[in-house]
Amino acid sequence: MAADPLSRVFSALADPTRRDMVARLAVDDATLTELAEPYEVTVQAVSKHLRVLEDAGLVSRRRDAQRRPVHLEAEVFDLMTKWIERYRREAEQRYRRLDDVLQSMPDDVAPVPPATPPQPGATP
Amino acid sequence: MTVTSTRQAEIFVDPDVPLVRITREFDAPPEKVFRAHTDPGLVVQWLGPRGYEMRLDHFDCRTGGSYRYLHLADGEEYGFRGSFHEVRPSEVIVQTFTYEGMPDGVALERMVLEDLGDGRTRLVATSLVDSFEGRDAFVASGMETGIQESYQRLDELLAG
Repeated sequence: MAADPLSRVFSALADPTRRDMVARLAVDDATLTELAEPYEVTVQAVSKHLRVLEDAGLVSRRRDAQRRPVHLEAEVFDLMTKWIERYRREAEQRYRRLDDVLQSMPDDVAPVPPATPPQPGATP
Repeated sequence: MTVTSTRQAEIFVDPDVPLVRITREFDAPPEKVFRAHTDPGLVVQWLGPRGYEMRLDHFDCRTGGSYRYLHLADGEEYGFRGSFHEVRPSEVIVQTFTYEGMPDGVALERMVLEDLGDGRTRLVATSLVDSFEGRDAFVASGMETGIQESYQRLDELLAG
């Protein structure tokens, strides 16, 4: 498993079952038995998935409660998705400007500009 | 994980290596998209972040060439530079990327153009950073007040 915290979160969410578990926990806390219900795997297998999510800091389980419900640490989850979404949005904004540039170009443009001798330090 | 939006840029963040991949489709053939990446007069119109003036020092986009440009905002200058490792017209650009404020940090970037036919192109841009340090810094300070600084630092390391 990757060593740094954010990579652990990415690894934990790389699995479709764990992504689904997180999506359900985003609605409400749930016990291990409740979490395991919709899947055609053993409770032990779901318990393993849960441990990966716990190690990544994405979920926690209350020690004192009898049912030990699993709780999504929304702050950790939000922070990561926000970071990814922010990076994606910046790329999208950049490529919307590129859309405009492409629209303004003539249709028969050559892929490479006409050859000019390299001029290091020159400002075009 | 992948965050998908129709017709918009898609992002993939690799869980095992410090890699970010952006995929985006364009209503233009590969020749045009390639030209917009190599012609300095066109590059300057879209590459810089919003709210910054972008000034090219030099931009020699061919195999073995190099580039350097500045982002200017609020009297501050931020320099970026790198080498064009492999450039094949309408196909691929492989380059390095360094923020001059962190000269030891370098990203390896690969931009691949796929011809989708009907005058459309898919661009797949992959940035591989040389360590997880940026991500660590983000998580460590993200919970506290330094969130903007760490965002900024990550952007500088990762942004293409």
